[in-house]
Amino acid sequence: MKVERKCKIVELNRLDPVTFWMVLEVGKMVERDGLRGGQFLHIKCGGGQLLRRPISVAYAGWDEPEDLATLIFEVRGEGTAWLSRRKVGDELDVIGPLGNGFDASQPGRYLLVGGGIGIPPLMQYGECMEWPRTAVLGFRTKDKAFPAITSRFQDHCEQTYICTDDGTLGRHGFVDAQVRDILEQDSNYTAVLTCGPRSMLKSVATAAAEFGVPCQVSMEERMGCGVGACLVCAITMKDGTVKHVCKDGPVFAAQEVDWNA
Amino acid sequence: MPDVNMQVDLAGVTLKNPVVVASGTFGFGREYSQFYSLGELGGICAKGLTLHPRMGNPSPRIAETPMGILNSVGLENPGVDAFIAEGLPFLRKFDTKVIANISGNTPEEYGIMCEKLSDAGVDMIEVNISCPNVKAGGLAYGTRPELAAEVTETAKKHAGNVPVMVKLSPNVTDITEIARAVEGAGADALSLINTIRGMRIDINTRRPVLRMNTGGLSGPAVLPVAVRMVWEVFQAVRLPILGMGGVSRGEDAAQLMLAGASAVAVGTALFADPFAPLAVRDGLAEIAQRQGLSAVSELTGGVRPW
Ligand SMILES: Cc1cc2nc3c(=O)[nH]c(=O)nc-3n(C[C@H](O)[C@H](O)[C@H](O)COP(=O)(O)OP(=O)(O)OC[C@H]3O[C@@H](n4cnc5c(N)ncnc54)[C@H](O)[C@@H]3O)c2cc1C
Ligand SMILES: Cc1cc2nc3c(=O)[nH]c(=O)nc-3n(C[C@H](O)[C@H](O)[C@H](O)COP(=O)(O)O)c2cc1C
Ligand code: FES
Repeated sequence: MKVERKCKIVELNRLDPVTFWMVLEVGKMVERDGLRGGQFLHIKCGGGQLLRRPISVAYAGWDEPEDLATLIFEVRGEGTAWLSRRKVGDELDVIGPLGNGFDASQPGRYLLVGGGIGIPPLMQYGECMEWPRTAVLGFRTKDKAFPAITSRFQDHCEQTYICTDDGTLGRHGFVDAQVRDILEQDSNYTAVLTCGPRSMLKSVATAAAEFGVPCQVSMEERMGCGVGACLVCAITMKDGTVKHVCKDGPVFAAQEVDWNA
Repeated sequence: MPDVNMQVDLAGVTLKNPVVVASGTFGFGREYSQFYSLGELGGICAKGLTLHPRMGNPSPRIAETPMGILNSVGLENPGVDAFIAEGLPFLRKFDTKVIANISGNTPEEYGIMCEKLSDAGVDMIEVNISCPNVKAGGLAYGTRPELAAEVTETAKKHAGNVPVMVKLSPNVTDITEIARAVEGAGADALSLINTIRGMRIDINTRRPVLRMNTGGLSGPAVLPVAVRMVWEVFQAVRLPILGMGGVSRGEDAAQLMLAGASAVAVGTALFADPFAPLAVRDGLAEIAQRQGLSAVSELTGGVRPW
């Protein structure tokens, strides 16, 4: 069930001047409604913003007195700037749980591939999925590879590869090159789960397809209602149909997405 | 609920309260029915239908503007038959009026859709004339009195006993001219306003934010335009009016009713607050009670112009 509720901020940390880590009390959204990583919350931002802003759930867990959800976001414009200026104890007007999240129900081995602010939606999978997994995390530069996030993968994945665009940490280059190297050595993965900029998703999806590994991509589109009623968040599928990121996604089977649309 | 009578009449259709939801902002009701019973609403204008399924426009389809939004969804919908097969039976489970909204490329398409919907038993048909007429070189029906009249006539001819409400476009020099033409052609009611054409540009990329370059403006920014147009149309014709454009509070709805609307629709406000239609309804009831009215319908046309 989807609900609209006031959620108290219980933690708000600045990872760098534009990146924030926020923990919200979400009632019983985890226990009762099954909120989990990779889904998103639609958050009302003050300051004259009419539309809510979608932010992915990085981690969601049962807790007392209320379940907790961790969100990690980057300040892009007025809405996220307003969010970043909240204080612990403030309440946010939130709709959730929304969207589907990744499907890691099938037993096997998983390859998690995240880029930049697309990494948080994979965090819960990196930390506590049931199956063995490898992570590939891409950042623009070393300063963006926050240990608070990377450690959640490094401590729980069989292997965690870090790539930076400028070579200041880990491998120099984009994640898809690393993904290719991994799959070349061993393509025995159940699925690749990936989130990040569209161009990255496309190249990771291409690499996964070359090695015959199913790939799930988390897509972004501008949103209105966030619940599937207004039809603004459309993406085009290969079969010519249209799907909606808020309702049918944000996670889609990569081979169904029309990457050239 | 206070003891104000909230029931209103719209072209012979009785709404349990004057608040309906605007076409295109509420889908076919399924999504918001997860938040409250659709029976709370006076009526539901379903997402705009076309004769055949439509994919709509490329994304981005939405942009935020000061106190408003621009959209360019482009009438994405599964087609009238799919609505009748799947959407309508679901809506029929609730004690609320179902208003189907239709757009056609030709007058004939409007006629076929009206026949299907009337046979299927909707409570009302809202005819969207803000879309381009393929035969008339893509000119919007809603901008030419003779085209608007032709569509209205065809719709009426095929709608049987189902009342036909024509939805007017605000993108015209004189909306009363269109309203009169539509009244003359036999419309049972009018709804207004549809969205106002607008544009937003990202100054860094120098690209319009919408992939279609332009889109339709809605939300609080358009309320004063809607109030003005409802007032003008109310004076020009005798048809009942469903007023809409920027309603998010009871006071906004009261303004539209005072200007001449018999009922109001809530659209964009839903995106910020799924419960907005109920808040508008309750706010309206409170206003009516505070003003000592016994029925909310007493507001209609009650403005005292200078
Ligand atoms: C399903 C989903 C999950 C998301 N999860 C996260 C997350 O976990 N962390 C995070 O930091 N961000 C996330 N985003 C992106 C976030 O919603 C946008 O950055 C935010 O809406 C921008 O709002 P703003 O008011 O700050 O900026 P605006 O002033 O609205 O826009 C600033 C810039 O951001 C771009 N933008 C605006 N909305 C979106 C959007 N929906 N998608 C992509 N770009 C957009 C605009 O093109 C513009 O250049 C997610 C988006 C979606 C659709
Ligand atoms: C996303 C969106 C989709 C819409 N789709 C339709 C439609 O299919 N048919 C129609 O007649 N009007 C459509 N409209 C217009 C609304 O029904 C309404 O006339 C307009 O938005 C003004 O009301 P509001 O400010 O309360 O939203 C749409 C509006 C929005 C925002
Ligand atoms: S945001 Fe309204 S349908 Fe997706």
